[in-house]
Amino acid sequence: MEITELDPTFKFDVTREPGGEQLMRCFACGTCTASCPVREIDEKFNPRRIIRMVLLGMREEVLSSQFIWLCSTCYACQERCPQDVRITELMSAIKNLAVKEGHLPAAYKMQLELIRNMGRLYEIDEFDNKKRSKAGLPELESTNEDVKKIFVMTGADRLIGGEEGGGE
Amino acid sequence: MKYAFYLGCAAPVRGRHYEMSTRKIAEGLGIELVDIPEFSCCGFPIKGVAHDTFFLLSARNLALAEKHGLNIMTICNSCTGVMTEVNHELRENEDLRKKTNKALAELGYEYKGNVEVKHLIRVLYEDVGVEKIKEKVKVDVAAWKLAPHYGCHFAKPSVAYNRFEDPEYPRILRELMSAAGVGVVDHDRDKACCGGAILAVDENIALKMAGKKLESVAGADGDGICLHCTFCCVMYDDNQSKINQAIGQEYVIPILYYPQVLGMAMGYDPKDLGLKMNRVKTKELLARLES
Repeated sequence: MEITELDPTFKFDVTREPGGEQLMRCFACGTCTASCPVREIDEKFNPRRIIRMVLLGMREEVLSSQFIWLCSTCYACQERCPQDVRITELMSAIKNLAVKEGHLPAAYKMQLELIRNMGRLYEIDEFDNKKRSKAGLPELESTNEDVKKIFVMTGADRLIGGEEGGGE
Repeated sequence: MKYAFYLGCAAPVRGRHYEMSTRKIAEGLGIELVDIPEFSCCGFPIKGVAHDTFFLLSARNLALAEKHGLNIMTICNSCTGVMTEVNHELRENEDLRKKTNKALAELGYEYKGNVEVKHLIRVLYEDVGVEKIKEKVKVDVAAWKLAPHYGCHFAKPSVAYNRFEDPEYPRILRELMSAAGVGVVDHDRDKACCGGAILAVDENIALKMAGKKLESVAGADGDGICLHCTFCCVMYDDNQSKINQAIGQEYVIPILYYPQVLGMAMGYDPKDLGLKMNRVKTKELLARLES
């Protein structure tokens, strides 16, 4: 790609996201990539490479990519990073920025909807509560009004189309 | 010992045996658990897509526990990790606490920073103690040789956890397993990630990550895995046949929650510990204790 296509302010946008603050401390040693259990299975996920791409200003290549979603958040890289880049949190910052620029994977859109509508990731219906009672476990609520409010207050409801699908 | 019992999302639906065995051993060890129906998801699944939402979900749970004057006991590593992290940030950063409390006030809550978040395993180790657990053991379970699996978020990020355990050399689960009298099998991949967090994004990679663990445990002749995280168990137990398909193997490795193991050692009925609900059957393991 051409140098004119690079966006030198991309790295600053990443450092403004929670978790991205320490990005610029990276000196590219590669301890993260050597520690990464995802990279061990599939080379398309490579934390050191992602950090270089951000520092170079490859905004679209990073934010619209599939690979930024492959971090399993195991923290192996973050614990071992000699520069305290806080890489797992940095990956989270990059993903949050991607969402702000319109790249929300379908799997996460669904998870947002489930949590907003039910207050939890897995539905507890009458059948589940019956099974719980049978096992001597207390019944649980199937919705949570505070959670719906939190989604509105923090803007997450806009990511899943406002009040549609269970809100009030 | 009195805690607000934080179940998380997965345990009440996919890990009822974890919840049952936890309640059972808690009763036997004098840990009083209080259910708070208003608890919500901790926010872990959406941390990467909606940071502020995740943060406020965790903060609200903390505030709710504080309102009840209770510390939180968790059973899922991921819930423990994010709520510990949010708690740590709210305690360290006054501006953030003020900003968060402004949002919490809209919901009728305030968080002063007085709640401790502790995983069951930590409650057992720090509050109950290895010696008391040994005193409660009635049944010899030494016939079981189990491989410990720690899970990633039990002690990481270590800064948020004030480094109560070295994630590179974890020892608490091993000590608790020994206290219950079960054999501890060393294997190469005891600290490796289960891949659960990316199961919904790339199933093939997640299953292969989990497969590495099964290979490692089988290679060390473990009878099964002993763990303490709801989603790690979903990966290794519920998805074991899918893992086998992904890596071309036919492993049959029972996956036991630590409270199920300790519960057996304490002499409880396997039914009360949900040992029929483990996906990979535990019948053969149970038969070994009877002979």
